[in-house]
Amino acid sequence: MTATAPAPSKAPARKQRASSSTSNRGAGRKPATTILVTGILTIVAVYFLVPVYWVIVAATKSTDDLFGTNGFLLAETNNLLANLQAVLTYDGGIFLRWALNSLLYAGVGALLATYFAAAGGYALAKYRFKGNNTIFGLILGGVLVPGTATALPLFLLFSQLGLANTYWSVLLPSLVSPFGFFLCRIYAQATVDDSLIEAGRIDGAGELRIFHTLGLRIMTPALVTVFLFQLVGIWNNYFLPLVMLSDERLYPITLGLNNWRAQTDRLPEFYELTVGGVLLSIIPLAIAMIVLQRFWRGGLTEGSVKA
Amino acid sequence: MTTTAPRASARPDGPPQPRKPRVSAVTRAPWILLAPFLALFGLTFLLPILVAIGQSFTSVTRAGLFGEQGVSSQFAWFDNYRQALEDGNFIASIGRMFLFGAVQVPIMIVLCTILALLLESAAAKLPGLFRAAYFLPYGIPGVIATILWSFLYVPGLSPIVDIASSAFGLQLDFLGAGSVLWSIANIVTWTYTGYNMMIIIAQLKAIPTELYEAARVDGAGPWRIARSIQLPLIRPALVLTTVFSIIGTLQLFAEAQLLQVVAPAIDSQYTPNLSAYTTAFAYNDYNVAAAQSVLIALVAFALSFVFLRLTNRSSK
Repeated sequence: MTATAPAPSKAPARKQRASSSTSNRGAGRKPATTILVTGILTIVAVYFLVPVYWVIVAATKSTDDLFGTNGFLLAETNNLLANLQAVLTYDGGIFLRWALNSLLYAGVGALLATYFAAAGGYALAKYRFKGNNTIFGLILGGVLVPGTATALPLFLLFSQLGLANTYWSVLLPSLVSPFGFFLCRIYAQATVDDSLIEAGRIDGAGELRIFHTLGLRIMTPALVTVFLFQLVGIWNNYFLPLVMLSDERLYPITLGLNNWRAQTDRLPEFYELTVGGVLLSIIPLAIAMIVLQRFWRGGLTEGSVKA
Repeated sequence: MTTTAPRASARPDGPPQPRKPRVSAVTRAPWILLAPFLALFGLTFLLPILVAIGQSFTSVTRAGLFGEQGVSSQFAWFDNYRQALEDGNFIASIGRMFLFGAVQVPIMIVLCTILALLLESAAAKLPGLFRAAYFLPYGIPGVIATILWSFLYVPGLSPIVDIASSAFGLQLDFLGAGSVLWSIANIVTWTYTGYNMMIIIAQLKAIPTELYEAARVDGAGPWRIARSIQLPLIRPALVLTTVFSIIGTLQLFAEAQLLQVVAPAIDSQYTPNLSAYTTAFAYNDYNVAAAQSVLIALVAFALSFVFLRLTNRSSK
């Protein structure tokens, strides 16, 4: 898998050569070494997978079994379907609404953020104009500003504009990715050839058309990285929606599940709802991570190598 | 760029392209492309930062017992900053994050570097499978990860605590005053190690094979290759992941806020961000909260800057 995954590479020939001789790099191939290394890797894998295993087991148990039986072993009765049904139907199916909200915030937010970052990064990389460096410096500073540091003042600002506690209050800040902008600029500089742009101009294509047909296509590998990075970032964000939203129906899944968990000490049946909800919310992400991890590469260090 | 216009108009079959519009199209285009990003960046980064700085220098006085006779605000110089810095709990929370970062960040960076080197070595079986397993937690939001681990920390629910006490007679206390910080460190390490590992692996893959071959011809073993070739060449990735980890440490919020419910040792000012959140929403003192936010950003900025400086100097 390591060898065959496609890399966003400008030099496919070199990559191919590298992949054919992957077995030549790094440590040796003595059987004892192989056993030792694989053993270490397996132990580490257990650490990363135990919590996920626990939640799968816990989701199959009734509340009594959850506290009465060993957490790593299945109970005698399987309660999985009843638990999941309870999650999906509780409070008029609010869980599904949270899931759709998360999808909206993360999907739409990441898509638009990638497009805006690509357009801006391309503009800075491929045009010389006054203020070019100032803008780049300003946005580079934005990369280092902690997201939570802006969330509180953003709330003050949005409540004055009447935007707090609306879909916009979470969506608008999600449309900006200074880090994505930074990546796109470096990638555009390295890959989009000036002579191609010239050729487009000679053929009479407008500047915006050249960007949309040529620039975006060449920058695709970096765009995938930016999109995934932003998608996970928004999906995982907790502080911003927590500060912005008070209406439960606007919650993303993270906030909603925490709401359920907060009620567990008074109402034990919320343990089952929370565990089932956690399981349901992990499944799509786990699949996405495993499928997409091979696209998740290059772009990130592309920036740091050349910076 | 100006050379295009004459060339274009010299082509007899090309569309008519007078010099003027073409040049102005080239000067206008970057701004059209930049406009959406800059507008949103201004609204969600620059403006809030300016608002925060403004708020942090303002104090609000309410006339009358409940502010019913109007609210007035005036310039307060560094009064809010003085209040924030005199708050022992806030300072303690920053100190706590330094301790946390000094222990957790090196452990995580060493761990993900070792994992990346092992996975990229020929000795690893099924590297794709292991890589996916390590990367999986990154897809699990911090909130969900904390809920998950909190179930494994709470006595009575946690099989780990149960097994330790029944089989080994150990009384594990993950949520005590001395241990809860490291329980949080465990959650953060669990979530981000795989992600950092992916960044390092991407950089390892960019090392040309010729270097390995040359090293092997010179008789270098795996240790020697790791130390003399791989580690120096993945340095940019290590710097990048360390800077992001430092910023991440100062932002710590969700893990502490969620564990509060089960760990009484976590007070409402356990981390700097939790402190600012409490000041803003529990005490309704937005001005001091703004000063705290500015201080947190400054510390994060300064730390990243110092770290980048140090690594730049030592590489020369």
